[in-house]
Amino acid sequence: MLSLIVQRLLIGVVTVFAVSLIIFICTQWLPGDAAEIRLGQSATEANKAALRAELGLDKPLAVQYMNWATNFLQGDLGKSLAGDRSISESIGDRYQSTVTVSVLTAAIGIPLSLFLGIMAAMFPSTLYDRILTFVSVSLVAVPDFFTATLMVLIFVFAWDAVFGFQLANVVVIGNTQDMGVFELVGHYALPIATLCFVIASQVIRMTRAAVLNVMSSPYIEMAILKGVPRKRIILRHALLNAIGPIVNVIALNLAYLVSGVVVIEVYFAYNGLATFMVQGVQQRDFILVQSIGMLFCATYVILMLIADIASIVSNPRLRHPK
Amino acid sequence: MSDEDIVFEVDDLRIHAIRDDGSELPIVKGVDFQVKRGEVVALIGESGSGKTTISLSALGYCKPGLKFAGGAARLLGQDVTGMTTEELRPYRGERVAYLAQSAAATFNPSIKINEQVTEAPVLHGTKTQEEANKKALALYRALELPNPDTIGDRYPHQVSGGQLQRLMAAMALCGDPDLLVLDEPTTALDVTTQIEVLKAFKKVIKEEGAAAIYVTHDLAVVAQIADYIVVLYHGEIQEKGPTDTIINNPKHPYTKRLMAAVRPTPAAGQGDEDTGDHGREVPALEVRDVTAGYGKGPRGGPLVTILRDINLSIERGSSVGIIGESGCGKSTLARVMSGLLPAAEGDVLLDGKSMRASYRSRSRDNLRKVQFVYQMADTALNPRQRIGDILGRPLEFYHGLRGKKKRERVAELLTLVDLRPEFAQRLPHELSGGQKQRVNLARALAAEPEVMLCDEVTSALDSIVGANVIELLKRLRRETGVSFVFISHDLSTVASFADEIVVLYAGRVAEKGPTDQVLSPPYHPYTRLLISSVPEMRVGWLEESMQTREALAGIARGVKITDIGCPFFERCPLAIEGTCDKVDPPSRKDGSGHVIECHREISELGG
Repeated sequence: MLSLIVQRLLIGVVTVFAVSLIIFICTQWLPGDAAEIRLGQSATEANKAALRAELGLDKPLAVQYMNWATNFLQGDLGKSLAGDRSISESIGDRYQSTVTVSVLTAAIGIPLSLFLGIMAAMFPSTLYDRILTFVSVSLVAVPDFFTATLMVLIFVFAWDAVFGFQLANVVVIGNTQDMGVFELVGHYALPIATLCFVIASQVIRMTRAAVLNVMSSPYIEMAILKGVPRKRIILRHALLNAIGPIVNVIALNLAYLVSGVVVIEVYFAYNGLATFMVQGVQQRDFILVQSIGMLFCATYVILMLIADIASIVSNPRLRHPK
Repeated sequence: MSDEDIVFEVDDLRIHAIRDDGSELPIVKGVDFQVKRGEVVALIGESGSGKTTISLSALGYCKPGLKFAGGAARLLGQDVTGMTTEELRPYRGERVAYLAQSAAATFNPSIKINEQVTEAPVLHGTKTQEEANKKALALYRALELPNPDTIGDRYPHQVSGGQLQRLMAAMALCGDPDLLVLDEPTTALDVTTQIEVLKAFKKVIKEEGAAAIYVTHDLAVVAQIADYIVVLYHGEIQEKGPTDTIINNPKHPYTKRLMAAVRPTPAAGQGDEDTGDHGREVPALEVRDVTAGYGKGPRGGPLVTILRDINLSIERGSSVGIIGESGCGKSTLARVMSGLLPAAEGDVLLDGKSMRASYRSRSRDNLRKVQFVYQMADTALNPRQRIGDILGRPLEFYHGLRGKKKRERVAELLTLVDLRPEFAQRLPHELSGGQKQRVNLARALAAEPEVMLCDEVTSALDSIVGANVIELLKRLRRETGVSFVFISHDLSTVASFADEIVVLYAGRVAEKGPTDQVLSPPYHPYTRLLISSVPEMRVGWLEESMQTREALAGIARGVKITDIGCPFFERCPLAIEGTCDKVDPPSRKDGSGHVIECHREISELGG
């Protein structure tokens, strides 16, 4: 088992390396370099050459890559092309709000959807199961801004009309420092609620399908014929064998929370990493795009690694070879 | 006989299948029988006879898609057919326990064995965990499992198939049930393992004083274990009575047919007769010094060697049976011949000419001449293609037939395997198991091959259907002159079809020669073990063979693939310490093509 895990870790490192190469080479292909973009079109050749020398752009590509990569590993993401601010600094608060929202969403949404999915598998084809399936399929099918709009309509306007006050802020602004967990949840209530719905629909459906798939195996029939109560059959006999696919879909959804929530960030007007990435693209700030791209890649690889290792560890065949 | 002695009774039991359109199809049509305390009742019949469905009624259970439609199944006087799952829970695993056909699928792969064995009585509150553990340990001992103290701490994949089957018996018996339901518990096992498991079951049933329902299609097994036989066909009882009466004096025509389909225990003089006018020329297919395995090891060899130094030749028009326990490499050998698995060393020759090792680089003509027929016709036929298309593909690919000519040839092929030409329009799922296997054979014949590699082609079929397929194979061989390589773990099947037998053990040839000679003394000690393990259809055989078998120590011991010496050494009653485990055995020949790989002289192996 250890060799399998080490193998996965190595593959993860290789993946990050390969992605960094691709990102680096792609930005080289773009017309213009950092010096040109920063100085503008009116700059003289001499000025540009001086800046290139300062930035190390006159060195061979391999050396440039090595510098970039080592700096990146040390946490120095370079300077933004748009301003002179260090990228590490400007990413800092974006990163914080993204992580806050992701962690809170995951902490609320995943246990909830696991519970709902398992319940659906426990009582398949009941009214509860049908409603849950209908709602989760609908939520997978509609775009996330629609869900967000729905949240605003319900918790802000409908709530206001009925109870006379707004349950949550439509727009998430303000300083979040010194907030406790519950204050944070209140502060980010609408984005968290929306994202919970988006990931829950997927996790619920996968949990239900994975558990039901196991439920048709002969060893479950055997457990029924041994007189094992249904609750124990699901929790002890079925769930253990359904962990693999569930963990994978959770990991993919967590990665999405970090990198794929542009629309939600824009909708609720809070600054996260995904919008930052979009701004970088708009401003042709490819240094910024490189850095955030690498961050997203690392997030994906780490989450998938965790999922892989979790499914290896949950499989007794791999944990205890013959 | 008082009523209290009746543990289980079915009374005019009816079970219906619910079709997709909601209509019902009766599959058990009014069945009555009783099981008394201490008695083993066998339900026998082909697949589709309803035997499993009836046996499950003892647990108040219907497979999904079925429902109780009338009559009663009384367990200890209580009708269980109308009960809810909750009401049934105190009975299941406590009063009545179930043993399924495949222990490998019935054990939860993620839970340790002991927890699964002791689960039922602990959940039902009839035993504490300690009491259950104690009972389990006693059962592991009684079932002669290796390392009884620690085997419960393992996961199911860490023990062998035969051991798992016995562990399932421990799981069933742990709650001291009044009734055991055994559903083909030895069908998936090798003969040598089957005899071990049967022996253990019989002993434990006797010791625990439980009653049992034993579901099987194998009459020889029934003769060993049952007191009373119920013969079923299409959900109806054809005949029932004490084992002695049914086995020795069957009345009903269907019972007689079942008896006739039982292949006689292998003995000399059964092989299909050699047609004579061949065998003088170059062999159709020859395997020379082949070593093969899986994975890539250091120094270019395979990581896991499965076959070692295999030599054999298949004469034109002959049929060669390859026999051995699961894991001995018989399927691997067929894969090497067909090129699906390139041999690491050695040659495969067709008509005396060496072929490329991999099918990828073989010429189309070479591919055409060696055809493969798989065990599972279900999975070998594309479920979305009509039979006509399945048979048409090789006709187009190898012979360029199209349109009307192709259709005519498809019809011819179907007729050849005793199917009506209209079958060309059907999809595989519309066919029965035996019909699918016929299509499978026709597909291979479409290529007009010289050699057909048949891998366990009858193993998944019922005895009557299987016997018919064997008859078909004999006829095809006579009519087409094709050579057959017939792979099976069932010695009786091989003996009835092959004119030469190759016995494989742990990837090496232990013995080979004409069928008559392999099945008569002198034997390789392994061949003798195989032959003596095939159950005979008479009451008392199991006890007798258990007497003689005590001498044959270590049947249940695992097969080891060794680099040096004779691989059978550990299980061999005639092994010579210091020689057999160190030196490769010499080939003992008697001049007539019969070869035994053994350190013992031929004279020591006779009788």
